[in-house]
Amino acid sequence: MTAMDLIRAPAPLAPVERSPGYWALVLKRLSRDKVAMLALLVIVLLVLAAIFAPYIAPADPYKSSMLRRLRPIGTPGYPLGADELGRDMLTRLIYGARLSLLMGITPVFIAFAIGSTIGVAAGYIGGAFNTVVMRTIDVFYAFPSVLLAIALSGALGAGIFSGLLSLTIVFIPPIARIAESVTTQVRKIDYVEAARASGAPGFTIVRVHVLGNVLGPIFVYATSLISVSMILASGLSFLGLGVKPPEPEWGLMLNTLRNAIYVAPWVAALPGAMIFMTSIAFNLLSDGLRSAMDIKA
Amino acid sequence: MSVQETAVQATALRELDSREAPLVRVRDLTVRFKGARDVFAVNGVGFDLPPGRVLGILGESGSGKSVTLKTLLRLLPENRTDIGGTVEVQGRDVLALEGRELADHRGGVVSMIFQDPMLALDPVYTIGEQIAEAVMRHEGLDASAAMKRALEMLERVRIPSPERRLKAYPHEISGGMRQRAMIALALACRPELLLADEPTTALDATVQMQILLLLRDLQKEFGMGVIFVTHDIGVAVEVCDEIAVMYAGEFVETGTVRDVIRDPKHPYTKGLLAANLHGAQKGTRLDAIPGAPPPLDTAPTSCSFAPRCAHVQDRCRAAKPPAAVLGPGRMVRCVLAEGAAAG
Amino acid sequence: MSALVDIAPAPRTAVERPLLEVRQIVKHFPLKGGLFGRTTGTVRAVDGVDFDVMKGETLGIVGESGCGKSTTARLLVDLITPDAGEIAFDGRRLGPDLTLTELRRNVQMVFQDSYASLNPRLTLEDSIAFAPTVHGMKDLDARRLAQELLAKVGLEPKRFAGRYPHEISGGQRQRVNIARALALSPKLVILDEAVSALDKSVEAQVLNLLMDLKAELDLTYVFISHDLNVVRFMSDRVMVMYLGEVAEIGPVEAIYAQPAHPYTRALLGSMPSMDPEKRTEEVVLTGDPPNPINPPSGCRFHTRCAFAEEVCSVKKPSLHVRATRGHLASCHVGTPGSGHSLSELPA
Repeated sequence: MTAMDLIRAPAPLAPVERSPGYWALVLKRLSRDKVAMLALLVIVLLVLAAIFAPYIAPADPYKSSMLRRLRPIGTPGYPLGADELGRDMLTRLIYGARLSLLMGITPVFIAFAIGSTIGVAAGYIGGAFNTVVMRTIDVFYAFPSVLLAIALSGALGAGIFSGLLSLTIVFIPPIARIAESVTTQVRKIDYVEAARASGAPGFTIVRVHVLGNVLGPIFVYATSLISVSMILASGLSFLGLGVKPPEPEWGLMLNTLRNAIYVAPWVAALPGAMIFMTSIAFNLLSDGLRSAMDIKA
Repeated sequence: MSVQETAVQATALRELDSREAPLVRVRDLTVRFKGARDVFAVNGVGFDLPPGRVLGILGESGSGKSVTLKTLLRLLPENRTDIGGTVEVQGRDVLALEGRELADHRGGVVSMIFQDPMLALDPVYTIGEQIAEAVMRHEGLDASAAMKRALEMLERVRIPSPERRLKAYPHEISGGMRQRAMIALALACRPELLLADEPTTALDATVQMQILLLLRDLQKEFGMGVIFVTHDIGVAVEVCDEIAVMYAGEFVETGTVRDVIRDPKHPYTKGLLAANLHGAQKGTRLDAIPGAPPPLDTAPTSCSFAPRCAHVQDRCRAAKPPAAVLGPGRMVRCVLAEGAAAG
Repeated sequence: MSALVDIAPAPRTAVERPLLEVRQIVKHFPLKGGLFGRTTGTVRAVDGVDFDVMKGETLGIVGESGCGKSTTARLLVDLITPDAGEIAFDGRRLGPDLTLTELRRNVQMVFQDSYASLNPRLTLEDSIAFAPTVHGMKDLDARRLAQELLAKVGLEPKRFAGRYPHEISGGQRQRVNIARALALSPKLVILDEAVSALDKSVEAQVLNLLMDLKAELDLTYVFISHDLNVVRFMSDRVMVMYLGEVAEIGPVEAIYAQPAHPYTRALLGSMPSMDPEKRTEEVVLTGDPPNPINPPSGCRFHTRCAFAEEVCSVKKPSLHVRATRGHLASCHVGTPGSGHSLSELPA
């Protein structure tokens, strides 16, 4: 600090009236959306169940019993029945939330980080850089996501990590494409032009003026992918490419109970119902977020 | 506005031409948009338009001028709007029209031209097809007669090489030409009343004047009544016989173009004329109206212009000023004009 | 003296030096089309434009859509990089003598769309403080400056500093945009249709503000508008553009009273008369302005000009001095030796 700065040591600024910011408004609107709040409640309960599984699960998820195989729902001691190896279904469904949510959410978030970076950079820089990056992305995008996930997992070998990795790779192209198109639109708006005219470096413009206006829409799109990711992850496990037995994971459970569909149909359907409910919850939350963010001036 | 006042105002307008029944008769028109926040867009508008006259509604954005116009064609979304008062065209209650009658009313008796011709023109049909289709629907002409009418219309709006344009799609012709094509479409069924919603606002200066002169000529040729909505005083002077200045959903001043331009009475009209900068002295500060129009989330109970008015009095804030009638068709809704009205 | 070759000198006294000099500036946009994005045409948006802006004056630029006035504005602050030509600010040429950052500190711009010009996620204070922060001002100082500027453009800081753009009216937003443009203490402000989207009553308030600020801060304006009344009121000199070229430039009185270019006459003739007794009776020009993609040969106006002769479609006219000092028009009529039958007559 120089002497000059000390001499005109600034008096603190008078307080000004502040309006709630954009995200405060979005949260307020979201909190009034009953459907979205119900979906959020379901998700929060699932996450809590996954975190505190050892404390709330009534039994050991791995302990099998040949005597109690495929008990129906409502059997004393087995509120949701038992699976084909006599393990408690309720316990395994609770523990299954851990892996299923991990496999559903993590790839989307990693892909959100990577895809947004690629898309925003391509969108803001534009020109030949954009063309090269986006055409490369298009090559990946050309494969159906299920096929791409199966092919990558198959090549990487079964396992949680390879499942996560392949799903992440699957979701980068769609997120990058959305990010690129939103950024290209924002880049042409006058406030970005005005920031350029003020002599701000590109990185600062992206940080202050672009990200705040593009991350929201990209995030909404990403949350809508969580349900897809959960179903794909379950699909990989079902095919024996993701999580390996005896780990509890909804997709894998669905696979192993497949043969019991005529013996204990309700028990066999439970993992599918969980996958269905969870993905619906994420989709409804995503829709609620989308409409909450659509604030008209 | 009370019913009597509207009647006084309307009587004044009617005296302009008492021999003929009015083409348009509007009484105490109110339009309210319902929603998260209600908007009282039109708050008691009344006027008569004799056949063959041109009324300009002059106002700024949000003044309710376009809403008033759309009511005459029932173009407002029915489930979100409350419309009160009466609107009659050729003695028929427009607000009560249903089905077939409404369809005949739209495009047959009354037609409309817009700022953006692409609102009126369908991009997938040629200009000729669209005009011919309208003629066939409203007048029951056969296809070849309708196409002949379309060609005639393009000639009358002075589109060069009309035979060729007949087969052109809207995107294939220039902006000014599209505006002409839209006018041809609107006039093809010889409407009694033409509604013009800022038809020249988006056009370049040289093209705007071409279209204005064309509209003036066509109005004389067809003898139709015209209601011309604009925010530009200069444009209104070029085409209108009478002007109604609209502010916050009300007519604040009406009269012949000459009276309103030469001798404005309402402070808002005076401010608008000064803001047009025609003949403004360079380097002097403009006599600008301060502030901004009211939000209209409640129905006005006092003079809406009072917060911005330099001549505001206590009674302006207490109650709505009465409509002072200064002569046939000459009305000013301002306490300052009261004395003149009495004399 | 002038840093660049004098082509279109403004009227000047011995002490005057142009604040901004623009020489033969060119911008063409390739039109991409087809399967592989081949270039299918060129929009000749700005095609060799020369002018000076004198210190302390307001230069008005008028013309119809496609005439290149907005592209010219963007070229002046290098939002678009020119294909050719030179710009000098305060006697220093952009490139060799002057960096882009220095130019941008001195030349700021206000856009037409008040809403799009403000980042919806930033408070008004943050929007104004952004540029000073970028140029190294400390956060608190930048906020203080932002609040001072809000007060200067007539918006009470306490009420407005913490608000977002959607909460205020169009006129207020345009005031904020003006404050933002002033945050770097520029010498030249380019107003690109800055009042065109406003209602007339609000427009008058903003024009008053612009005049006050100009006097108070010793600013120079380039005032771009399609509204000839506003340009006449605001400008000291006026430049008329047609299809990417300068048709005429000169003192505002000369342009409005004795327009030398037939296009300027047509443009002025298209102004509504404002007199109910003397309405406009005939149009001076017919048809739409031609497309800047394939502009006419020779004089670009010859396709619509009443005085066009053969020479007009062959030979391109250049700016030539007219009766008043500093009044130049680019027309063969009244330009001695141009080959036009009216070349010797005062236009």
